[in-house]
Amino acid sequence: MLKEYRTVCEISGPLMMVEGVEGAKYGHIVDIELPDGTTRHGQILQVEQDKVLVQVFEGTESINVSGTTVRFLGKPMELAVSRDILGRVFSGTGVPKDGGPAILPKMKLNINGNPINPYARDYPNEFIQTGISTIDGLNPLVRGQKLPIFSGAGLPHDEITAQLARQATVRGKGEAFAVVFAAMGITFEAAQFFINDLTNTGAIERAALFINLANDPAIERIATPRVALTAAEYLAFEEDMHVLVILNDMTNYCEALREISAARKEVPGRRGYPGYLYTDLATIYERAGRIKGQKGSITMVPVLTMPEDDKTHPVPDLTGYITEGQIILSRPLHRKAISPPVDVLPSLSRLKDKGIGPDKTREDHAALYNQLYTAYARGKEAQELATILGEAALSAEDQKYMKFANAFESRYISQGYYENRDVLATLDLGWELLSMFDDVELKRIDKKLIEKYMPAFRK
Amino acid sequence: MDSAVGRSFINLNKGFAMAETKNGRIIKVAGPVVVAEGMIGARMYDVVRVGKENLIGEIVELNGDRASIQVYEDTVGIGPGEDVVNTGAPLSVELGPGLISSIYDGIQRPLDQLVAAQGNTIHRGSAIPGLQRKTKWHFVPSVQNGSRVKPGDILGTVQESTLVKHRIMVPVGVEGTIDGLRESDYTVTDPIAAINGTSGKTELTLMQKWPVRRPRPNQSRMNPNQVLVTGQRVIDAFFPIARGGTACVPGPFGTGKTVVQHQLAKWVDADIVVYVGCGERGNEMTDVLMEFPELIDPHSGEPLMKRVVLIANTSDMPVAAREASVYTGITIAEYFRDMGYSVALMADSTSRWAEAMREISTRLEEMPAEEGYPAYLGARIASFYERAGRVMCSGTPQREGALSVIGAVSPPGGDLSDSVVQATLHVVKVFWSLQGRLAQQRHFPAIDWLTSYSFYKQYLADAFKDKHAGKEFAEMMQQAMSLLEQESQLVEIVRLVGAESISAQDRMTLETAKSIREDFLHQNAFHKVDTFTPLEKQYAMIRLILHFHQQGLDAIDKGVDTAELFKLSVREDIARAKYIENDKVDQITAIEARVDEQIKGLLAVQDKSAA
Repeated sequence: MLKEYRTVCEISGPLMMVEGVEGAKYGHIVDIELPDGTTRHGQILQVEQDKVLVQVFEGTESINVSGTTVRFLGKPMELAVSRDILGRVFSGTGVPKDGGPAILPKMKLNINGNPINPYARDYPNEFIQTGISTIDGLNPLVRGQKLPIFSGAGLPHDEITAQLARQATVRGKGEAFAVVFAAMGITFEAAQFFINDLTNTGAIERAALFINLANDPAIERIATPRVALTAAEYLAFEEDMHVLVILNDMTNYCEALREISAARKEVPGRRGYPGYLYTDLATIYERAGRIKGQKGSITMVPVLTMPEDDKTHPVPDLTGYITEGQIILSRPLHRKAISPPVDVLPSLSRLKDKGIGPDKTREDHAALYNQLYTAYARGKEAQELATILGEAALSAEDQKYMKFANAFESRYISQGYYENRDVLATLDLGWELLSMFDDVELKRIDKKLIEKYMPAFRK
Repeated sequence: MDSAVGRSFINLNKGFAMAETKNGRIIKVAGPVVVAEGMIGARMYDVVRVGKENLIGEIVELNGDRASIQVYEDTVGIGPGEDVVNTGAPLSVELGPGLISSIYDGIQRPLDQLVAAQGNTIHRGSAIPGLQRKTKWHFVPSVQNGSRVKPGDILGTVQESTLVKHRIMVPVGVEGTIDGLRESDYTVTDPIAAINGTSGKTELTLMQKWPVRRPRPNQSRMNPNQVLVTGQRVIDAFFPIARGGTACVPGPFGTGKTVVQHQLAKWVDADIVVYVGCGERGNEMTDVLMEFPELIDPHSGEPLMKRVVLIANTSDMPVAAREASVYTGITIAEYFRDMGYSVALMADSTSRWAEAMREISTRLEEMPAEEGYPAYLGARIASFYERAGRVMCSGTPQREGALSVIGAVSPPGGDLSDSVVQATLHVVKVFWSLQGRLAQQRHFPAIDWLTSYSFYKQYLADAFKDKHAGKEFAEMMQQAMSLLEQESQLVEIVRLVGAESISAQDRMTLETAKSIREDFLHQNAFHKVDTFTPLEKQYAMIRLILHFHQQGLDAIDKGVDTAELFKLSVREDIARAKYIENDKVDQITAIEARVDEQIKGLLAVQDKSAA
């Protein structure tokens, strides 16, 4: 039996207080009926005696204290799931948005999920080929990993996520694969670009999209990643699929969280974000992973835009503390029209060593990325030196490294958004670029590997 | 709860009047904090059961009969009007055989058994005890029936794992004549003996309980006087930690805090390791769980897991249990120290612990201090680290135990002015400063040699079997450090005026400093041999580098060109010395002769051309 109340007593920002309520439970959801008959949704943030504090997902505009009816549904927010969610577009709270029929639920799942028992986790160690050299070759992604893209305003993260969704695959296996895309406060154009891209390649058939656009209610964004991950968990652990989850853009999510926190007059942490931002983000990011004895997996690529490209801003900072590495985009590379403009040096995949090697990619992979990394770092230094002193002032050795860095950028990093490079081609390209050095200079690679692979690239 | 345990537990709380307690009623729920009224007789830090689902909580604030409770489980679906039952006891852990090789959450629930009971995700309201009730342990008494015993006395032992002999001690607060001891197999709840004291008869079991927030007593504290060897060169040689000492590892993300902690947990020369994963990544804990059972302890040749207790409260698990996890960990560690062991505790990361404190504090609407952290942050951090130390344990036989604590700190943006870092630096004696700059250069461990410090350096020399070598080692490390200092100044000059304009001696200094950095300080945690370096090998390595330095300087004095010197093939041998097997240290020493030989060769060419 649902209880209805018409006792709204206070509205401020996205929050609404209802009094005289009996039996309300923390975290449960409510339906709100406005005098004009429209319905909105909310979630209980706090219950004190008979007073209930509700956050309204669609915003509190035109809600009034006298004519509004609040219905307490007595359950946490749930998502109806079945295999039919694939190929569909939903709102940020999981309501079909594409004009199609409602989902005939196979089960209803609480969107908050439950923490995975660390003992039940299986370690991510299966290499995912993304077809992007800077990821496959230098910062390999593995199944069950969470690897965010740190981007900035005006950088092409949409193109990269589309490329990932299009190309990501486990080599030599034709396993069931799905994409779950959660858009939080991104523009119509950005969302449409992604949808079109999936449609053009037919990938839309194996994708579920949860879209909250920039002009959709901001508070709804708090539910969006959770709804999307609930769908992903269903596909991964009930339907045995390998799911790639793209969350775009987490910065907007955090801003919505900050809005709620400010409205509750909570003591702010850094830059006004609530002190529990880390915990909150963790409950989202940690839903990626593999589970022992389960076929499916959730691999997560959150996207976030760093305000002023500042890596120490709370959103990228706390994200970096939770995720297993980060792919950072570089504005200078983007200006040089190098695409995808991955900033190789500060990017990192913490699980890279687990996904590569003789049985997974090739025996030379680890040594090769170490050597490429070192040589590029040296070359970058030379590049910088050259801008100060002029190229002519560099020593012969520095000039050689600079030449390498330039070649590395224009051939290895730059590949465009539609080239799907096989990882072996990426590795060979690495050898080819390194062939401008003498064998003795390649200190990070074992002599045996050099003898085995290098001769093919020496002219 | 078993009655014998209950009794000894009540005994433990002697001195507290057991007030009449009443059940309360929830009036407010806000995230992990629940407020209940009607809690007559409740005491601070009593454990309560909240709501219909029996969630575990702890009283953190009292105001009349109103209690604020931090709940260790998710509070969704809890509302006003539901009951709160006071257990009348503080949050405690079960201490006894079965701790070793276990993996617990923040409030000592065994995660492996939770999987069996609940499946792959963690649900609410579980009541699995910390110690297995069914396992039988073979107990061998070591005191005679009829003898008088007092708290801390060792009654006998249980061989818990091949590495750990679990010493069963008389619980705190129990004294008298012992009776009924005999060698046999017992579960942790079976009575093993009884003690007749002035206050009556107390039955003992293999298990005892202890409230996590109260330090376990000992006879006396002593100053640390011995280094704890870790096999990590930059730590042992430059910034050693002492047995019973405290250290902190702050650094921004991606600088290898967790790798440093894992390396210490793997290789540290301690009898018992307690690893607390506090609010960190789930996959990292899985890595530990999968890797530790396969790793072999270099000191004993047994799997590492046989001396490890793991506490894993990952970042997606409830925040209040995260707050408790460091206390659970340190209480278990103290218990093993009381047996007379050297125990090392790693907490990764104490920032998450502090953040959990902050979150609870915010929900209690307390007045915040810096960055929203509660005003008692510094005091809590200090009293946590102060539980470390070298002690004379209570009871007979007389024995010494040590507990070393190493805490990782994750300051936002790597900013060391962060409240948690500053509060930690107030108390710890060793500071390993991880630098993003070094990590970007792939110099690992990324411990900055110029800003880190240790107050335990003076004990390093004594760690060597050969006293003379120890003294020499300390002197050499002093010289190495001063070379690195000189390098940092020279680098500035070189940047301004170019490498050609500094003297040959200075160039040698730069080259040696580089060699110290790359061939000694840089250590590959994932390399089979390089991951652990015993002190004797560290000695040989640094001696080799400094030998080349000295011979090089002499040669320069005799007119040898530095370019020729730096091209010598023996330098490749120096660089590869770290990969020489740990038991073949003489091969490193042998390289010194090659240095002499090759430099002699240069001098001969020199003489010839001069003639």
